[in-house]
Amino acid sequence: MLVKDKIQLISKKLHNICNEPISIMEVCGTHTMALAEHGIRTFLPESIKIISGPGCPVCVTDGTDLQKAMKLASDPNNIITTFGDMLKIPVAGKTLQKFKNVKIIYSPLDSLKIAKDNPQKNIILLGIGFETTTPLIATCILQAREENIKNFFVLPMHKLVPPAVDAIFSTPNITINALLLPGHVSAITGWKYFEPITQYNLSGVVAGFDPLSIMEAIYLLVTLVQAKTPKVLNNYPQLVSEMGNLVAQQKVAQVYTTTDVVWRKIGIIANSGLRIREEYQDFDANRQFDLEIEPLEEPKGCLCGNIMMGQCNPNDCKLFKTICTPTNPIGPCMVSSEGTCAAYYKYL
Amino acid sequence: MCLAVPTIVTEILDNQQIMVSKGNTRLTVSSSLLQDIKPGDYVLIHAGFAIEKINQQDAKEKLDAFAQLDELYKE
Repeated sequence: MLVKDKIQLISKKLHNICNEPISIMEVCGTHTMALAEHGIRTFLPESIKIISGPGCPVCVTDGTDLQKAMKLASDPNNIITTFGDMLKIPVAGKTLQKFKNVKIIYSPLDSLKIAKDNPQKNIILLGIGFETTTPLIATCILQAREENIKNFFVLPMHKLVPPAVDAIFSTPNITINALLLPGHVSAITGWKYFEPITQYNLSGVVAGFDPLSIMEAIYLLVTLVQAKTPKVLNNYPQLVSEMGNLVAQQKVAQVYTTTDVVWRKIGIIANSGLRIREEYQDFDANRQFDLEIEPLEEPKGCLCGNIMMGQCNPNDCKLFKTICTPTNPIGPCMVSSEGTCAAYYKYL
Repeated sequence: MCLAVPTIVTEILDNQQIMVSKGNTRLTVSSSLLQDIKPGDYVLIHAGFAIEKINQQDAKEKLDAFAQLDELYKE
């Protein structure tokens, strides 16, 4: 059967079986964009609502962390290395792209090469990302230790998905029935990592990023919700195993330990971030530089926090499409190419 | 942020590096997060690292999800 015929079949089946409202949350920026770009919502009955959760690591990076990065960037002895997504986020009227000594990298490993090529400078890598990206940065720290690179540092801003899910589903009156689980995070962690969501009476299905994989996952979620049997299933077995990539997990555990961190516009979530262990503190920018920062005032009227918690969508925000646009982003969800507001602005 | 691309391994290099290709593009990436990689393996690349092998055997048959979808497509 052709892919388009399978998608049509699932769409028809969903229209037949969905009588009650079902809300499904996705927690991955790449799913946010894939759902919008492929028009997946147009294949679903009105009773199925897809909500975007806090799945974009750029969107949830706290303003204080960005201010620390800018403080480091303002010192000509430092070179900041980062993925390009981080450059345009406005904090207190400034962005990282205004600084000359900020370099965009393709791979975190590029930072080590820059450190070797510039021994008189401090190279500070912004440690952004969820479970998919963290092992890469842990590997850089381990390699820097092995090669005795003394001028390489990481400013950790890593976030973990399950504590954010806990925060969302611990709030009263939440009406979400199921989770579309992130494929590439799960490639590292394994699908069993998400099994504790069943304690909230939630089902989850790990999905890839092509339209069929997403439609199949939505169909599976609907059947699990209707059967009232909370369960986690894997619909991305080409890449995702039960326990994930153990080598990657071991490197992360060697370098990092969990800590409470602030999610931008959401607040502190217990044990939802990673800090560098004392054994590797030589590489920890938080310990090696003076990074005292004044508290930040967030833009008024911006609903990014409520949007990322699944409590409303961008159309409920008075700033959306009026003064907050991709060319003049006010909130973090409009800045990032994988932010919910950016996806709604571009495709919906 | 978690964007990743499937590629095929064409060569094993020194220092835990591999050459991968997709179409006409060839790229050197780190293989330090994977074990037992050989030419011909398919791997997923994320920001200069191979982060997981792609299972070419249809592993779906072992899973609950497959049984349900198989039933749907037979209807």
